[in-house]
Amino acid sequence: MLTVLFDGIATGALLFMLALGLSVTLGIMNFVNLAHGSFAMLGGYVAVVLLKGWGVPLLWCLPAAFLIPAVVGVVLERTLYARLYGASPLDQVLFTIGIVFVSMAMASYFMGAQHQIIQLPPYLSGQFHVFAGFDVGIYRLFLIGVCGSIALLLHVVLTRTRFGSRLRASVDNARTARGMGVDVDHLFAITFAVGSGLAGLAGALGIEILDLDPTFPVKFMVYFLIVVAVGGAGTLGGPLVASLVLGICDVAGKYYISEVGAFIIYTVMVVVLIWRPQGLFGRPVVR
Amino acid sequence: MRAASFAPNGAPPRYHAEVAHLRSLAAWRRTETVFWIAPVLLYFLLPRQLVLFSQIAVMGLFAISLDLILGYAGVISLGHAAFFGLGGYTAGILAQQGWGEPLSGLALGGLAAGVLGFATSFLVLRGSDLTRLMVTLGISLMLYELANKMRWLTGGADGLQGVEVWPLLGVWRFDLYGRTAYCYSIIVLFLSFLIIRRIVHSPFGLALRGIRENERRMPALGTPVARRLVAAYTIGAIFAGIAGALLTETTQFVSLDVLSFDRSAEALLVVVLGGAGTLYGGIVGALALIVAQYLLSGFTPQYWQFWMGIAFIALVFFARGGILGLVFRIASVLRRIVGAASGARGA
Repeated sequence: MLTVLFDGIATGALLFMLALGLSVTLGIMNFVNLAHGSFAMLGGYVAVVLLKGWGVPLLWCLPAAFLIPAVVGVVLERTLYARLYGASPLDQVLFTIGIVFVSMAMASYFMGAQHQIIQLPPYLSGQFHVFAGFDVGIYRLFLIGVCGSIALLLHVVLTRTRFGSRLRASVDNARTARGMGVDVDHLFAITFAVGSGLAGLAGALGIEILDLDPTFPVKFMVYFLIVVAVGGAGTLGGPLVASLVLGICDVAGKYYISEVGAFIIYTVMVVVLIWRPQGLFGRPVVR
Repeated sequence: MRAASFAPNGAPPRYHAEVAHLRSLAAWRRTETVFWIAPVLLYFLLPRQLVLFSQIAVMGLFAISLDLILGYAGVISLGHAAFFGLGGYTAGILAQQGWGEPLSGLALGGLAAGVLGFATSFLVLRGSDLTRLMVTLGISLMLYELANKMRWLTGGADGLQGVEVWPLLGVWRFDLYGRTAYCYSIIVLFLSFLIIRRIVHSPFGLALRGIRENERRMPALGTPVARRLVAAYTIGAIFAGIAGALLTETTQFVSLDVLSFDRSAEALLVVVLGGAGTLYGGIVGALALIVAQYLLSGFTPQYWQFWMGIAFIALVFFARGGILGLVFRIASVLRRIVGAASGARGA
């Protein structure tokens, strides 16, 4: 029981990092980026290539899994995404579905369609026994630690720095922020890069738990959307709570009632969206 | 002048001009006749490719049903496959359980999808575009999971085995060469097309276009927006269900793939590729997509997915009107050239 709860929290922490970038993209630019999962997948494959091909230790793969998706993210943002800000949602949806398909095709072309399996270093594998019925996986503990510290760091950046206050201002009302002299485009490019990087990092950390394969972007599209939809766009707290709840529901659902499986999650999402279209924690959108 | 009889007493002359204009838009054109003669010719010219053309007809009908929602009412759906799949499974399960009569299967498939469409339309129409995207996606994924888990009914991931469809009208058997299947699909496509075409050119269709252009203004003109959208969404769902049932009956098989996200995305691509809001765009897009798929099928499936993705991106940046948009643009340029030439001759 507690083990399931613990695993759920670890999955939730991963989902939080995965979805955070999307929440910001949506919050500032009102841009529907369905291709967010492609960046996570990229991070995962970067880690796999470094780990298996070049024998780099896992901990050193993680910075690369952050940096490469971040760079790819900012390049795509400047060249393609930026042209579609303010375009109709249909254009944004079509474009990002295109990115998803291309990334999936490239992943299965270069890496093969199979699930990627990695060997965890000995100091991260195994689990210790707390008391009867409660086992803590060391890797999952590590995950919670990493995600927790990143969340804390982001919180400090958002609330204590000048960059953070500019960002929050832009999320609240991009037009006014621009009027006050905030360079929203520049800010957004940085945020997009960080968001893609975090997704990549989470993708690398989650190779074990989330089953990395070329269908990743579509498989997890709904999860990201749920986190953003339920948590509300452009905040930290909402998505955090949403992803923890989602992670726990997902693990518990698969563990106890596997015949129903993912059905519960979709139902929860649809119900929440009907009940509160702006998300459980979201504020009404001001445009 | 039938238009005059509808005009309110003392209506200004402009009213008649506008009604005449709308009527001229709705009039059947010569090019349309040519378009619909083509499938008849294909039957004789390319008898070996009939299976492929039946697929195009099914895909075309599915795309037209989405076009009604997307191109006319302006509602973006990421889960239109829910209705296609439900129609397909309804017809398939009926045929498997011993009722393989094709026409009633088609009707029941459409009915089931229509009921689902009506029930979910209220959910879909709440909220912004983003909410709609997620709700439509969520509903189609729910259905996918449901079909996946209800193995006893749907066969799960293996697909529905043992679908036996009876001969059409008790006379024409579904043969190996796909002749019956082809004629059946084309006729269903044509009749459905006529109905949808009539709907689109009715005042109801005009109201939908108004909602697409400006959803806030339409209530001021006396249009009950929510009710119109519910009706449009339900009609779209019915025809998607018919398309799904048609696929099941012509291939005698259903698998989970009919409910997948890829299926919904493919329909979006077809509509936009052909030209959204034109009806014919759905058929042209389906033709282009399936022929391309056929020509590229020698390569690996990843190859196909890659080019599909590129097509999505290219459409957004370079060809927003789709194929038909391009055709119309060329036609208007030609007309201008011809007009200029005849004007020069007159002078």
